[in-house]
Amino acid sequence: MDDPAELARRARGGDARAIARLISMIEREDPARLAVLKLLHAWTGRAHVVGITGPPGAGKSTLADKIVSELRGRGRRVAVVAVDPSSPFTGGAILGDRIRMMRHATDEGVFIRSLATRGHLGGLSRATAETVRVLDAAGYDDVIIETVGVGQSEVDVVRLADTVVLVSVPGLGDDIQAIKAGVMEIGDVFCVNKADRDGSERVLREIKSMLENAVLNGAATRFTPLYDAMACMGAASGENAGAEDAVPDDEAHRSFFRQRAPSAADGGSGHHGGTLPGYGSLAIPPVLATVAETGEGVKALVDAVKAHEAALALTGMLATRRRDNLAWELGKALAGRILARLEDDGRRTAVAGLAGSVMDRQTDFYDALDALERMLGSRQP
Amino acid sequence: MDRTIRVLVAKPGLDGHDRGAKVIARALRDAGMEVIYTGLRQTPEQIVSAAIQEDADVIAMSILSGAHNHLFPRVMELLREKKVDDVLVLGGGVIPDDDIPGLKAAGIAEIFTPGSPTPAIIEFIKNNLKRKA
Amino acid sequence: MSDNIKKAADAYESGVEKSLGKFPERKKEFTTVSKVPVKRLYTPLDLASGDYLRDIGFPGEYPYTRGVQNTMYRGRFWTMRQYAGFSTAEESNKRYKFLLQQGTTGLSVAFDLPTQIGYDSDHPLSQGEVGKVGVAIDSLADMEILFDGIPLDKVSTSMTINAPASVLLAMYIAVAEKQGVSPDKLEGTIQNDILKEYVARGTYIFPPEPSMRLITDIFAYCSRNVPNWNTISISGYHIREAGSTASQEVAFTIADGVAYVEAAVKAGLDVDAFAPRLSFFFNAHNDLFEEVAKFRAARRVWAKLMKERFGAKNPKSLMLRFHTQTGGSTLTAQQPDNNIVRVAIQTLAAVLGGTQSLHTNSKDEALALPTEDSVRIALRTQQIVAYESGAADTVDPLAGSYYVESMTDRIQAEAEAYIAKIDAMGGAVKAIERGYVQQEIQDASYAYQMDVESGERVVVGMNKFQVKEGSPKGLLRVDPIVGEQQAKKLKDLKSRRDNARVEAALAAVKAAAGGEGNLMPPILEAVRAYATLGEICDVLRSVFGEYQQKVIL
Repeated sequence: MDDPAELARRARGGDARAIARLISMIEREDPARLAVLKLLHAWTGRAHVVGITGPPGAGKSTLADKIVSELRGRGRRVAVVAVDPSSPFTGGAILGDRIRMMRHATDEGVFIRSLATRGHLGGLSRATAETVRVLDAAGYDDVIIETVGVGQSEVDVVRLADTVVLVSVPGLGDDIQAIKAGVMEIGDVFCVNKADRDGSERVLREIKSMLENAVLNGAATRFTPLYDAMACMGAASGENAGAEDAVPDDEAHRSFFRQRAPSAADGGSGHHGGTLPGYGSLAIPPVLATVAETGEGVKALVDAVKAHEAALALTGMLATRRRDNLAWELGKALAGRILARLEDDGRRTAVAGLAGSVMDRQTDFYDALDALERMLGSRQP
Repeated sequence: MDRTIRVLVAKPGLDGHDRGAKVIARALRDAGMEVIYTGLRQTPEQIVSAAIQEDADVIAMSILSGAHNHLFPRVMELLREKKVDDVLVLGGGVIPDDDIPGLKAAGIAEIFTPGSPTPAIIEFIKNNLKRKA
Repeated sequence: MSDNIKKAADAYESGVEKSLGKFPERKKEFTTVSKVPVKRLYTPLDLASGDYLRDIGFPGEYPYTRGVQNTMYRGRFWTMRQYAGFSTAEESNKRYKFLLQQGTTGLSVAFDLPTQIGYDSDHPLSQGEVGKVGVAIDSLADMEILFDGIPLDKVSTSMTINAPASVLLAMYIAVAEKQGVSPDKLEGTIQNDILKEYVARGTYIFPPEPSMRLITDIFAYCSRNVPNWNTISISGYHIREAGSTASQEVAFTIADGVAYVEAAVKAGLDVDAFAPRLSFFFNAHNDLFEEVAKFRAARRVWAKLMKERFGAKNPKSLMLRFHTQTGGSTLTAQQPDNNIVRVAIQTLAAVLGGTQSLHTNSKDEALALPTEDSVRIALRTQQIVAYESGAADTVDPLAGSYYVESMTDRIQAEAEAYIAKIDAMGGAVKAIERGYVQQEIQDASYAYQMDVESGERVVVGMNKFQVKEGSPKGLLRVDPIVGEQQAKKLKDLKSRRDNARVEAALAAVKAAAGGEGNLMPPILEAVRAYATLGEICDVLRSVFGEYQQKVIL
């Protein structure tokens, strides 16, 4: 299995061992992985990548388990990447998300992999992006990423997922606070899990009103560009129907519009988009209630996630979003390379020297920066 | 290259006594390993399939009900069927000494009975991995 | 008076401090097995805030600190009840007859895991498990064999069965019917405590809500039809085995008890109609005095709660009656004969703590199921404590010990603090769903394990005083053929019985499960029709769903 072409071939064929081995290579940043990833590149970009994020205890794993069941029922092959934190002291980790998904362990159409953060911040493991690509190339139709769930640092998933489901839950006092602090800006679909508990109606209401306020204030949210695009198209949707062959499912597109259309009965208890009195109809993303334990509401949640994907595709936002994400990732990877080059033995001394002269007030910070940049441009330190 | 050891900790069979399995899981984590914990009532099929997907270096199983002579060899059999030969498999629990040779012949690398100190298990794992570090 | 004592005690302490340089103590800090600090000396000062009549009182009187009967073991000894069962009903029946002949005074049935989880012996998940940790019961036919020749109006029978307790109780009632014994003559206990299955023992089937309903249905049915049956044995035993401290054992068990009482009251039962039939089940560990204090504190906490929170009037509702089992996890696989001594100390703890019945573990249980010989020694241990030690000849002999009384107070305070915390979370069910109880137990368990491994805590023969040992010989083995035998018996049964009657009875169980009525009557009817345990539980699974483990690490 050491031959890159052979490993790539087997991974693409859905061979669980090959996929698993490749992910381990990614995790330990084995340079040999690059040849395989390059070979797999042509087969990526097909999967719908769904992020599930939210505070610890929100029931993300149970929800993921039920989403997998629902997607399997729709005939789709599903992969799950579940991320748990590594201990900062020992580097070890207990990866326990899988427990709730063990029913799928012997289903050939499901692949579940647990990753430890290994010191990486941001709610995901450093290996997540490449892992998702492998699973995508291996032919999984949906790749679900379950984040660590530490509240405000769940930012990485935004750069990886086409659709982000932000899960909340009643009874966690600071949950809403975290959402207020900006996490809400990363969600495409909102879900209040454990909705059979006291206080779920209140959480649903609060999330909706926050979303409405965000729209009213013109805040930069993850979903506004899509809504703007849909609003433009919505006006013309009658004539466009069926004409666009890039649209996988026009029904999904229409259903996403329905979700944002306020219903007459929506007096605050409805779980879909709402209106703001006096401001007419206001487009906000779906806010759904689920009880993952029993599976209640999961079908509607998956419908909303799929409708979101369809809406992204229909408006061309899917390509935009993926391109932006790749641009960001390229930039980040480049920054990583630069940092690595600065770590080179010869350069480390030079950097230390420059830092010293900044400290001694012989050079100013910006001149030192320019000097560094020039140095990186040259082949030799 | 620093290689993190990944261990799948599983409770095959129906017994619900997971105190030992949980203590081991925590101890392995504290020894710097990544522990994939799979919970109670796992079938050998589920354990093997999870170990493959997780690319585990080690499968550590615990049984206190006496079903070890059936379930441990079944796990080995499935690993062989899937041509997995580089995973270190350990067993633990209430297991009479007389059963140990049979289990080892079936491919279980070591059996840890009640009272085995966790450092001994950690050492054993570090020294007996089937894959090169 | 206390001023003089205080002065003298201070003088004593300063005297000791001076001599410590020359005669140091063995350790810097002494702690109980539950990691609670133990002082050098206890004096009347430690009881200064106490009120004898309020806190300790007299045996058979509120708050029952000194015991639930007024003469305790001067009237009659505790019930010596050895938990047993393995292999087939035929084999277990033989073991029960042996035990009765040896002087046990009550039976205690151990079921195998498939039975405890509601699977028939031919279910795929039962493979390798049939008859292993207890007897395999698939239908009334097995139960008839299990109690063959044992008159059910003459013995009291305890059954360790939880999730499918209704079904096994129904089978017991049906066997009695066949013997011509009416249900009101039956005496015994079903464990029927699902909450501790979620946190410590693991043989759950259904989610909490329908499980609580099954339990309250049993309460209601038995209060009318099987009045001498203990409908639940609220168990701290397994919580302790999972690694909790003594205070946690009391706290989490009683918090579970509160949840059951609340559920029953909510279901419309009068507290005094069912509370007298609630019983408890605790562990007896090695730390003798802490254990005695634990039992005494548990009685006091429960009596107070039942009186003050639930307004129970019947004195029997206030009494915490309990069964004890010596601590399985204290036994070592190394030098197994040492376990006899551990069990003797634990037996003493249970007796000094006022238990109503006792199971003593056999020395070989860290290795396998016990042999007849080792079961006999375990039973003899109880008999020696009963007949030879004198510990049973006066009521609550350790009362008044400064150490034991102050530890009783301490455990009560710690338990009540936990219960208050659980109340604030919305009760035991909520606290378990949140994983709080599990987390507390696991932290204690891990801390204990680390202490053993560091040598901080000595376990004789295991981490100190080891010897080279050969393999123990003569362990009990369950023939793997049992699984096949049971599967064959099932096949025969299914071809023999009136399958139309079974179908109808199962449909009635299903209808009742989906509705509001008491589930016991339709389950009893299904059992009489020889519907199997697995069939009945499958019907319930289809309506109730299955519990998914909440793992906390």
